[in-house]
Amino acid sequence: MAYTAKIKVTLRQSILDVQGKAVEHALKNLGYHTVESARIGKYIEVTINEEELLQAERICNEISQKLLSNPVMENYSFELEQVN
Amino acid sequence: MADVTVGVVVFPGSNCDHDTEYAVGSFSGIKPVMLWHNDHDLQGSKAIILPGGFSYGDYLRAGSIARFSPIMQEVIEFARKGFPVLGICNGFQVLLESGLLEGALSRNRDKKFLCCQTTLKAVNCSTIFTSLYKQDDLLSIPIAHGQGNYFAPQEVIESLEEHDQIVFKYTDASGLVTDEANPNGSLRNIAGIINRQGNVLGLMPHPERASEQSLGSLDGRPLFESLFRHIAGV
Repeated sequence: MAYTAKIKVTLRQSILDVQGKAVEHALKNLGYHTVESARIGKYIEVTINEEELLQAERICNEISQKLLSNPVMENYSFELEQVN
Repeated sequence: MADVTVGVVVFPGSNCDHDTEYAVGSFSGIKPVMLWHNDHDLQGSKAIILPGGFSYGDYLRAGSIARFSPIMQEVIEFARKGFPVLGICNGFQVLLESGLLEGALSRNRDKKFLCCQTTLKAVNCSTIFTSLYKQDDLLSIPIAHGQGNYFAPQEVIESLEEHDQIVFKYTDASGLVTDEANPNGSLRNIAGIINRQGNVLGLMPHPERASEQSLGSLDGRPLFESLFRHIAGV
């Protein structure tokens, strides 16, 4: 059994997201005046060969904390999907 | 007396490794050795320097993948034993990702990659890396980075201040710590910090690029000399 982990890493709200700001300004320049803000994060897909969902979750949390995000300035979240 | 060995780590994507080797090798009695990221052997180094560049292409986050390279496991152990480790620019980013120093470096606040001369104030000259500077000396040392915006939670910043761990600050030409003199948005104009034990220093500016008159400044030289005097026991 395998799971696909869809992991999102985002900058904490307190951190200035300069890439998001540049995109926000570009969208406003394009005339989308109702666009209020844009923030950029990372999307990472990881396939994990595990039988148990709980074990796949544990690995997701571990890799997100250890490598995929920097807890000083980023948050992470994930969804797990079973694949065959 | 045999030369004292100083290790310069080479990650894939390091690009200031040879500049650093050149600067280190210009001091008599000091022999630089290049340490490949995949090795485990520090080759008898008495100090380790993590140079600038873009280790692993800055993939994921600057320094995040380098932190798990084989050589870094030895460097972390070396630092934990109290031996000196200096991280310059990308090397500073690696030290933060390793947890040897506290905080993080995010993108420069004005979005630009900055490559320019900065004025730094040496605000702590009682470290093994800064003993040859005078307190509050103003130094002309260049920066070259896109992610040098130092951030740490409020309690960490206060703890750094309290324990005198901020070593270099960006200032204007007269030594004032102003927002205009802050190139990248770093909290409290922080350009370099040291760990509580005093053996691990990280800074964004490049002292190796200010170590020869032909480069326009010699102000980075006392940093290396302070460290080398310390490890050579003179």
